[in-house]
Amino acid sequence: MSQRLLEIDDLVVRYGPIVAVREVSVNVDRGEIVALLGANGAGKSTILNAVAGLVPAAAGRLVFEGEEIQRLPAEKIVRRGLALVPEGRRVFPKLSVIDNLRLGGVAQRDRSSLDAVRQQVLDLFPVLRERSGQAAGTLSGGQQQMLAIGRALMSSPSLLLLDEPSLGLAPIIVDEIFQLIVGLREQGTTIVLVEQNVHRALEISDRAYVIANGVVDREGPSAQLRASAEIERAYLGIGVSA
Amino acid sequence: MMVFAAAGQEAVQQAINALALGSTYALLALGLAMVFSVLGLVNFAHGELVAVSGYAMYLLHDAGLPFAVQVPAAIATGAIAALVMQRVVFRPLRGASFITLLISSFALSVLVQNGLRAIISPRQQGVPLPDFFNESVHLGPYVIGWLEIVTLASCVIALIVLTLFLRRSTQGLGMLAAAEDFQATRLMGISPNRVIAAAFAISGALAGLAAIFLVARRGTVDPGMGFMPLLSAFIAVVIGGLGSLSGAVVGGFVLAAIEVTLDATLPGSVQPFREAFALGIVVVILYFRPEGLLTRVSEAK
Repeated sequence: MSQRLLEIDDLVVRYGPIVAVREVSVNVDRGEIVALLGANGAGKSTILNAVAGLVPAAAGRLVFEGEEIQRLPAEKIVRRGLALVPEGRRVFPKLSVIDNLRLGGVAQRDRSSLDAVRQQVLDLFPVLRERSGQAAGTLSGGQQQMLAIGRALMSSPSLLLLDEPSLGLAPIIVDEIFQLIVGLREQGTTIVLVEQNVHRALEISDRAYVIANGVVDREGPSAQLRASAEIERAYLGIGVSA
Repeated sequence: MMVFAAAGQEAVQQAINALALGSTYALLALGLAMVFSVLGLVNFAHGELVAVSGYAMYLLHDAGLPFAVQVPAAIATGAIAALVMQRVVFRPLRGASFITLLISSFALSVLVQNGLRAIISPRQQGVPLPDFFNESVHLGPYVIGWLEIVTLASCVIALIVLTLFLRRSTQGLGMLAAAEDFQATRLMGISPNRVIAAAFAISGALAGLAAIFLVARRGTVDPGMGFMPLLSAFIAVVIGGLGSLSGAVVGGFVLAAIEVTLDATLPGSVQPFREAFALGIVVVILYFRPEGLLTRVSEAK
């Protein structure tokens, strides 16, 4: 099994005449947490949506587990073990918590493991077990984020894409979510994280890419970027948008 | 005393009529709402699904086949016609604007109606039904037509089966999810083509079932027979709240109750304006509940 799990090669994404992402290349190895950082509108979410198949790649290659996936639709990509937790959580508000999880399990490749996986997810998020019969729309923002992550985990993905998981959550819940991400990696899930919370993201990630205006502005080990971000903030008064 | 008893009896009979009519509206409204909720399309060719299902009954009757064959054939014809509509007309228009879809469905409606005129006949054709439907049962003081009983029972069974399918099966759950968030449903690994095809097939089967009872009521088919039921179904959907499945069913019964009550209470001289009164009441309902009866304002997007 090769170390390289995902390879984004010169990805270009256009929305009509607007180029949202221009020739971005990102690599993700197994077991890594890779952060994509950058200001609002820099193109981070677009990169994740292109990898997950929700928006088409105008050019470039997306290679997941050694196979090109840039022509596959979203519903086929998730069945290969690449799950996206979209921005804004996007749980199904009128459906119950357990039905949301059932839908997450549709893409599970090992059908016989479904019950066991559901138990694992409910063990990971005890609050979801307590509220399993409740409509997802009645959960708090933090609980909805947990449900969105739990729903993605129902397919036992080898790569989990998280788009702004801390957005709009109380600091204490943000702590919980970040701890959870670290825990998921320890259990063998590779993670690509898009975050505006730069400092937290650099704390838990191994490597990071800073995206600006649709291109990779810089990349490197998170510890290194963290140091340079501190320096920039201290001396120049501008951060990586911290 | 006798007068009061008669009035009570009258009210019960009217209520049964309203339930039977309402259940037919509910089937059609549910089909409309189903397609709308997954595709954002108000399918004005939905009435033509009723028409082609009715014509299937007529043709089979003409060929000498019994009612027991006509019934499943009508339902299957509705489902297949809806699948063909979606594949040939609506699928190539995926992603088109609401107005484009609306006008296309109007065009399709006109096309099917004229197709029936050209191929079969512009005139009404008789479809006699088993005598059974003209008989009544006497339950105490009430006389209830078999047609009303069978209509109501079939519709209730259809609604229960559909609810179980939507709630219990993964495919059905996928349809409910798609109605809420189409893109997120794709992220679950559910194919949008399958969800859309299933929504059309179900809406067509429901239209076919409704067609059986509409034909039974009229005893005839004609190319434009789908228009009035479609209009009623559309009003029912609006009353219940566009996109809400349970709202469509409730809206169907509410509209039928309004119509039957007006039928029974309006003096003969204003009867021709019954539709105007019915729509007037709908306007009043929507004035107070602009999002429909079953849509909470917070849910409305």
